[in-house]
Amino acid sequence: MKPTSDVFINNSREALVNDTLQEALAKLAQGFPLKRFNAVSRLAEFDDLRDAARDIKTDVLNNLDSYLEKFEAQVIKQGGKVHWARTADEACKIIVGLCEDAGARTVTKSKSMIGEEIALNESLEDAGIVPVETDLGEYIIQLRKEPPSHIIAPAIHLTIEQVADTFKEAHQDYPADRALTEPRVLLDEARQVLRQRFIDADVGITGANMLVAETGSIVVVTNEGNADLTMTLPKVHIAVASLEKIVPTLEDATTLMRVLARSATGQDMSVYTTLATGPKRDEDQDGPEAFHIVLLDNGRTDMLGGDFHEMLRCIRCGACLNHCPIYKSVGGHAYGWVYSGPMGAVLMPNLLGIGKTGDLPNASTLCGKCEEICPVRIPLPDMLRQWRTRQFDAAVTSSKSHFGLKVWAYMVKRPLLYRFFVSFMLSNLRKFGRKGRFNWLPFAKGWTQVRDFPAPEGQSFIHQYLMSQKRKR
Amino acid sequence: MSSAREEILGNIRRVLKDRPANLVQDSRKQVVPARGQLPHVDQIALFIKEIERVNATTARVGRLADVPEAIAAFLAANNLPSEVRTGRDQVMRVIPWSDHSAITVNQGVAQPTDQASVTSAFAGVAETGSLALISGPDSPTSLNYLPDNHIVVLRAGQIVGSYEEVWQQLREKMGEDWPRAVNWITGPSRTADIEQELLLGAHGPRRLHVVLVDEEAE
Repeated sequence: MKPTSDVFINNSREALVNDTLQEALAKLAQGFPLKRFNAVSRLAEFDDLRDAARDIKTDVLNNLDSYLEKFEAQVIKQGGKVHWARTADEACKIIVGLCEDAGARTVTKSKSMIGEEIALNESLEDAGIVPVETDLGEYIIQLRKEPPSHIIAPAIHLTIEQVADTFKEAHQDYPADRALTEPRVLLDEARQVLRQRFIDADVGITGANMLVAETGSIVVVTNEGNADLTMTLPKVHIAVASLEKIVPTLEDATTLMRVLARSATGQDMSVYTTLATGPKRDEDQDGPEAFHIVLLDNGRTDMLGGDFHEMLRCIRCGACLNHCPIYKSVGGHAYGWVYSGPMGAVLMPNLLGIGKTGDLPNASTLCGKCEEICPVRIPLPDMLRQWRTRQFDAAVTSSKSHFGLKVWAYMVKRPLLYRFFVSFMLSNLRKFGRKGRFNWLPFAKGWTQVRDFPAPEGQSFIHQYLMSQKRKR
Repeated sequence: MSSAREEILGNIRRVLKDRPANLVQDSRKQVVPARGQLPHVDQIALFIKEIERVNATTARVGRLADVPEAIAAFLAANNLPSEVRTGRDQVMRVIPWSDHSAITVNQGVAQPTDQASVTSAFAGVAETGSLALISGPDSPTSLNYLPDNHIVVLRAGQIVGSYEEVWQQLREKMGEDWPRAVNWITGPSRTADIEQELLLGAHGPRRLHVVLVDEEAE
């Protein structure tokens, strides 16, 4: 999918006047944060677990090479194969090649953000292989040819009417006049359609929430059970994951499990957490005959050791999206690619370049909620600031705002000058703003075009503070 | 292929060459929630409470010999045919199915037409009411996912407080014969992908029924 992050402002404008989207976003804003809060409240050790989860990821990133080698050795020992991919292109070529070797015509897939990142479905289709998404939300957006609008709830932007229309168009074998007004009926129809797909598929492709170095296993988490059908029924299982998904031991995987579901959906534990290790054993009656893991770099090693190193701790729970005032206002599609919210605004400039994603780090009030709730304590606001600093240093912002920021920086570094200027401006604004507001101000068209600028009342904060200190003395 | 491997590992090593001494690794602590750290009888009660909270149903019987009757009752209560698909593992072999001639028992991998399966669990975890099931020659994984109704037989003695205890048992009992799949199951399948409305039975089972057996294995 071609990113549209460069027109984030336009995307946002459209999102804000899209009534169906706003309706869906209002539901999200009520749902996920409350569910998370309730789950976290039930577990006294939650903050200790977050510290432990952060430390696991710190350890992993400090020793990424040795854990990857250990993981690879264990996978091979268990009869699986490991493939390394530097880029999205390489990963797609490997996976398409494996599918072709298996003589695959259709493949089932369980939702994978890495699959989205590398645009795997397009590559499969180009090779004449039919990919079938099996996560309900991901299936819906695949039919609609849309990217996910949320990393764990890809169809969160849609209303039931839109899903019903999509199914009526896609499921032509069903009577056209059937009633599709209940979520239950829609789910049962999708379940029925996809059941045969699960059974017919030649290859199953999943992502992985974690890679366990100790045992050479992947951990896949779902609520629907679609990943398990995807990796159990076809004769070949391919898992694709980025490098930083590694964890050292089963106990470490457990710690991350304890924070993941609670942060993501407010469940204590997702319904299905599967540890899959190698292909079927000789005596086993089911399971895949071949087990492949594609390890993807795609920019991760460039982030290692740099300003965005800590972003690699991310476990993709989606909590920062659910708590972000910007995400909740414009939804995921405005961000213009597969990731969104605060994690997307930090990650996407790393993966796509800041040139085409420059608005994303600026689309934040820096309220700090994302860092407050992040299960692995990623300092997201600091990283958003870091991108802004880099934009300023590279002078990629408009010359007007660059100049403005320079003037402002000059002033705030000279307190006396700054205070003099502020009190001068305050007294003037008070003088001219007798009506209590301005509907026009020089250099402030961007503000006054759409709302009035309130006239200041009283003195500046610093002035009031100094006066109160004087009174105390 | 190997050149991608060498390049990726080379990049990592170059970046991390000044890596800090491994303080984090040495100071890391495992945080086990106190919630599951209880006397065994309370762990059983917590397990039942937690798994019912996530929409599973439970039945408690005294002996493995009572399992067929409990299953017959579950099937009847849900208007299901008296037919189940099972594995051939030790627990399944001990259950005296033939005493209950009303239930037809088929063995092997799940078929698309199967309505109910019966499998045995490796362990249950009180902390969140989670079941751990392992694959093996006599316990096909498809039984856990394909049929609409999944019945799990769990002996009370298999219930522990935390996931960590299950990993430790697995290491001790399976060791070199590590199972292909360890399936943690916490309730029946569900989705909230349409307008965040929670619905059971997305792709996996619509119902999860746990038959808890108090007696220890013979």
